Amino acid sequence: MTLALPRPDLSARALCLWQRNWDVLRNTWVEETVWPFVEPLVTLLALGLGLGRIVDLPGDESYLEFVAPGLLAIFPMWAATSEAGWSSYFRLESERIFDAVMATPLSVDDITTGEVLWAATRGLISTCFILVVIAAFGTVASPLALLVPLAAVPACLFFAAISLCNTALARSVRSLNYFFVLYITPQFWLSGAWFPLDGLPEWAQRLSWWVPSAHAAELFRGLVRGGLEWGHLGHLAWLAGAALLFYALALLLMRRRLVH
Amino acid sequence: MPPLVVARGIVKRYGAFTAVDGISFHVEEGECFGILGPNGAGKTTTVRLMAALSPLTAGQLLVDGLDVSRHGRQVRARLGLVPQHDNLDPELTVWQNLRVFSRYYDIPRAVAEERAAELLEFFHLQDRSRQRVETLSAGMRRRLIIARALINAPRLLVLDEPTTGLDPQARHVLWQRLRQLKAQGVTMVLTTHYMEEAEQLCDRLVILNEGRVVVEGSPQALVERYAGREVVEVHLGLDGDGEQVLARLAGVGDLSWERAGDVLFLYVRGEDGLDPALLRGVGERVVFRRPNLEDVFLRLTGRGLTE
Repeated sequence: MTLALPRPDLSARALCLWQRNWDVLRNTWVEETVWPFVEPLVTLLALGLGLGRIVDLPGDESYLEFVAPGLLAIFPMWAATSEAGWSSYFRLESERIFDAVMATPLSVDDITTGEVLWAATRGLISTCFILVVIAAFGTVASPLALLVPLAAVPACLFFAAISLCNTALARSVRSLNYFFVLYITPQFWLSGAWFPLDGLPEWAQRLSWWVPSAHAAELFRGLVRGGLEWGHLGHLAWLAGAALLFYALALLLMRRRLVH
Repeated sequence: MPPLVVARGIVKRYGAFTAVDGISFHVEEGECFGILGPNGAGKTTTVRLMAALSPLTAGQLLVDGLDVSRHGRQVRARLGLVPQHDNLDPELTVWQNLRVFSRYYDIPRAVAEERAAELLEFFHLQDRSRQRVETLSAGMRRRLIIARALINAPRLLVLDEPTTGLDPQARHVLWQRLRQLKAQGVTMVLTTHYMEEAEQLCDRLVILNEGRVVVEGSPQALVERYAGREVVEVHLGLDGDGEQVLARLAGVGDLSWERAGDVLFLYVRGEDGLDPALLRGVGERVVFRRPNLEDVFLRLTGRGLTE
């Protein structure tokens, strides 16, 4: 099996697969949206009314204000990776959706692209919802926060693409778990959403350069608080580069998985 | 008119395993062409190659004049595929299954909706259009899969074992529908291991074995050539002696035979058939019957287990 990347065979038909997933979501949106909507809400309540009362941050920032922009990094990460993870795997192996689609004018690259765009869309839906919630909690300081959905695009694409790579490699639905337990859950806790990373030892701070959700958390913090610096462009570029890299890898791995 | 499908020496290898080993055939416009063979003969692989789902290892395959290796999208746009394993979208309704599929072919909405309504009526599914496909019976699901394969008004309908797993009623309903489609001029390629299905539907067929074409022709011609005018089954019993029976028939010309377990098959070619008196008192039971495609199939692909 060669891993050379021939020219991607892409067409606008990729969006038809996106639309198929959208149609399914419209059939099942109540079941599908309970979890991603309720969980961040409960988290904010618990942290704001509970933990927030006993945490004292340096400066006049409340803990709730500190945590809110971090949620924009981690919950959409969950939404995008679980969609391209369990849901894509389900479409791939149980429902054999891609087998059916491969018999139509769509190419395998169209299928991969449609799936990445769809999982990223799930991430963006989550982003917008959380933005509304944290605004309602009064934790948004700057109108720059309106740019969050746009700035979230690279991060959502990255998480969709890397999770689809894992799906393309998975031998069973259980083997998807390694990625979530070893890669996503640690990022959930160590992204800098829950505590400031700049208090950590030097080596840990350097390590955080490799943590995608840490870049996303920094970026959204800048926008929500209104303290944009040139460094934020670096975070955005990091995420965009990683998204591109893993999208290319997803194209390769899905070809290997689907074309026999 | 040039043939709709032309296969020249097509080969498909998976590592060291050769699934299709240099097959050639052609399919004329408007005909129903059968691909028969035991499990593992390469039927499904041939279908997948024809539908541009799987890259060829060697050879050339043209569908409607287009090379499947270079024009996969265009080939698939002109083709309707009914896969062996059900892959309807279980999260969508009957109607949505057709509608979502029509988008993959860029069919304008109005055209797609008109066509979907026609197809649901043709396949007697119009009352089910709002139901999820999970609620359908096996026969209905098959009909819907064929309707889905016709949504793009394909030049070629390819059916991979379309009636496997259906009960006799559902199978006959489906055959009826397929004959109607054929009468409307739809070109079909059909794989099956039901010989009755091939006799009912196919104008011409190939029998494959171990990735090669064993024989090609119309069902009638093949029966005449390989099974003769009459088949006599001599059921010998478990310890029956076939040699003894054959000794009695030593003088009969134009006869071939085959032993499979406890049955001796005699293929009679002569105009007048075999004189029953010759076999009086032989074995446990003697059956005289008309030959059929199943005899051809078993003669050419063997009566033993091939797996």
